Amino acid sequence: MIVRILGEGQLELDAGHLAELNELDDELAAAVAAADEPGFERALSRLLARVRELGAPMPADRIAVSELILPAAGSSLTEVQALLGAEGLIPG
Amino acid sequence: MSLSKRLSLIFKSKANKLLDRAEDPRETLDYSYQKQLEMLQQVRRGLADVATSRKRIELQAQQLTTSSDRLRQQATAAVAAGRDDLAREALTRRSAAQQQLAELAQQQAALQAEQDKLTDASQRLQAKVEAFRTRKETIKASYTAAEAQTRVGEAISGISEEMSDVGLAMQRAEDKTAQLQARSGAIDELLASGALEDATGPAKDDIQQELDRMSSTSQVEAELARLKGTPTALPEAAPAQLTGSAPAERERES
Repeated sequence: MIVRILGEGQLELDAGHLAELNELDDELAAAVAAADEPGFERALSRLLARVRELGAPMPADRIAVSELILPAAGSSLTEVQALLGAEGLIPG
Repeated sequence: MSLSKRLSLIFKSKANKLLDRAEDPRETLDYSYQKQLEMLQQVRRGLADVATSRKRIELQAQQLTTSSDRLRQQATAAVAAGRDDLAREALTRRSAAQQQLAELAQQQAALQAEQDKLTDASQRLQAKVEAFRTRKETIKASYTAAEAQTRVGEAISGISEEMSDVGLAMQRAEDKTAQLQARSGAIDELLASGALEDATGPAKDDIQQELDRMSSTSQVEAELARLKGTPTALPEAAPAQLTGSAPAERERES
């Protein structure tokens, strides 16, 4: 399973970790839905830390689509809401 | 749906739009490759902008440090001369300079972090663009349009995701740089306004001249005492040519 952390690149993770990550991911989604900034920051840093811990960086010259894409470390709630709100915002 | 899944779908739909554009998927490869090269150029320009902003902050920090040091020397001199009012004024201005310096240091660190991230991102993109070029040539040489479809899809979607990520990193760096430039402009104004200049201003009013005279006299006395190998200052022996250095140094600012 390939996961991208925005601003950091892609990591490869064993698919067996999906359930655990989903749980953390749901907490993050809930915090975004509730516009809970402190909760969002906590959930995001926990999720990112876990992904970095479990994953191995993918070689830079491999081109692959990520199954999951996570917001950049230090993103604000507003930034993530904007990302989710309009794909026109995503450059490239 | 989980947040990361939603994000990944948003990025994918971006790539799909690109894929739907051309009838022959192999044309999409060339088009995408052009876009990638443009993106690499943009990232390099972005990095140069960040570096320029950082350089400007470094220069400002140097100016502020110089001001701050000078104001402290002035305060010390004023206290020695028994002029607490002058010392207080110098210290107030120094405190403003110190505050600006602390904020600059924070911003400099933030900008450095953005620059590092952008450097990493551009290296990742560079590696992927090279890999893409190889794959593009292989696909074009070995497959018919119909066969190429899937392979093109994988390559384009993968690289498109990378480009979107780099694009976002660039936006972040640009936002930080813009904030910093606004801040930087404010500090330039502050420096230009003379608010952080010598407490007595560059015009050398009576008080500063008095302070200069008093401070150089006491320096001369101390120096003289050292020359004579005695710790006692001798006020009557202060040769005029030895007082020259401090005032001469002050002239450079005017």
